Amino acid sequence: MKKDMSLNKRRVVLEKFFHGVFLLAALIAVLSVALIIIFIFGKGLAPFFSGNEYGTYSFIDFITGLKWTPQSGEYGVGYMIVNSIFATFGAILVGVPIALFTAVFIAEIAPKWLAGIVRPAIELLAAIPSVLYGVFGFAVITPLVKQFSPYPTGDSLLAVIIVLTIMILPTIVAVVETAIRAVPKSYKEGSLALGASKIQTIFKVTLPAARSGILTGIILGVGRAIGETMAVILVAGNPESGIATTIFSRVRLLTTNIALEQGYAAKLHEQMLFSTAVVLFIFIMIINLVLAQIQKRGGDR
Amino acid sequence: MKPKFSVSDLNLFYGNFQALHQINIEIPSNQVTALIGPSGCGKSTFLRTLNRMNDLVDTAKITGNIQLDGENIYSDIDVMKLRTRVGMVFQKPNPFPMSIYDNIAYGPRCQGVKDKQRLNQIVEDSLRGAALWDEVKDRLNKSAMGLSGGQQQRLCIARAIAMEPEVILMDEPTSALDPIATKKVEELMEQLKKKYTIVIVTHSMQQAARISDKTAFFLMGELIEFDDTNKVFTNPQDKRTEDYITGRFG
Repeated sequence: MKKDMSLNKRRVVLEKFFHGVFLLAALIAVLSVALIIIFIFGKGLAPFFSGNEYGTYSFIDFITGLKWTPQSGEYGVGYMIVNSIFATFGAILVGVPIALFTAVFIAEIAPKWLAGIVRPAIELLAAIPSVLYGVFGFAVITPLVKQFSPYPTGDSLLAVIIVLTIMILPTIVAVVETAIRAVPKSYKEGSLALGASKIQTIFKVTLPAARSGILTGIILGVGRAIGETMAVILVAGNPESGIATTIFSRVRLLTTNIALEQGYAAKLHEQMLFSTAVVLFIFIMIINLVLAQIQKRGGDR
Repeated sequence: MKPKFSVSDLNLFYGNFQALHQINIEIPSNQVTALIGPSGCGKSTFLRTLNRMNDLVDTAKITGNIQLDGENIYSDIDVMKLRTRVGMVFQKPNPFPMSIYDNIAYGPRCQGVKDKQRLNQIVEDSLRGAALWDEVKDRLNKSAMGLSGGQQQRLCIARAIAMEPEVILMDEPTSALDPIATKKVEELMEQLKKKYTIVIVTHSMQQAARISDKTAFFLMGELIEFDDTNKVFTNPQDKRTEDYITGRFG
């Protein structure tokens, strides 16, 4: 029997309708980003131009300033930028190796039953709200740091790094483990059949083959570390000035600066908090761009 | 002549499933031994017992013994050393995602060879041994993933040769290759058997007939027949062998 080939109107309309739905969803995401950027940059950059209704502030003083005292009209975020870099870099330095070894352990070395315990535990770690990490850090880590610290409190760069390290672990482990599992079994077999040991196979074949995924994990970890606010506030100490000179120094980061004062700030003070947000935003964009470049090169080889 | 491998009363279990039943076979030195049989007959499993690749399967259990030059490889030996003596080439070409040079140098490096000059020599000799040198000598530092399938498989053979093994196991090495690449690999095997003992699993009866000196026919985990290749193909002793090679099943 010949099939009817005339147009099915209902189907055509339905197709068009869903095209529209998908487009709308995509536009919402793009629009949100655009709105956030316009809003933050609009408010945050205003103080650096003459004619601002709450008075202007020198951009150089802002970016290089080592003191944040709104009551006396000093708004310097230089020390926060440096501290943010210290904290993020520290957490990555400590967290990435631990995460890498954990992922290798789960994916390659652990017996099935043990991997079956460790993996869900790590996944659960990722689902815990960040404020709970902060509370944990406040209750356990800062008292611990206090034991060794030359200063009277345990609030410190070290405490921040420890909390951030624990926080980024699950993100990196999950991504890296998936990447390791995705390495074709034939690579491993090929390596072992050449008389390589299990450890040689992991370091020389499996991990290099998974490097693109490993970099993705690190990028996500950096993103999480630099943007984290709640957990950090509770253990950082948040002083009004000072670049960390030792790991026991109290620190204020870009994120915590905004969260701490947004509640009561007004006028120029409020605008300067948006300026802090601009710095944070640019900071994260630079890191993302750099890491994306690294990943592109790493993946191309 | 003394056999390279002598296998006695070999049984292999995957959990409760017995994949190999009472295998007894003596594989001669410097000859090509072909293992044939229908899918799932245990020929690949058997091949993998010869360099203990089955150790990777958690559930695999083995009884009986396999001697390599008189030494039981299932006693307390260094498996990694065993695999440097018994190399393997897989069904699908599996070069590592690194340069051609690094692929060949991988095995020797894992054994601690660091001397640049020596590595260069090994790489050249191995590639020549696998009849690949002339095709790749100008791009040793390019990724091995850019080679054609047939070149990749010869690279894998070169990689195996680089370990200076005594035996090369081949698990359907040409099943993923086109006829021309297959022919090249087969010609290569002809060369290789002068220096190495070769054991090859193949699904192609013609291939077994063309290249092997001895043929073993497996069925349902049992070794049904093992003899000189012309004998197996012209005058099989077992009815089941005859049925299989004449295409009545499998």
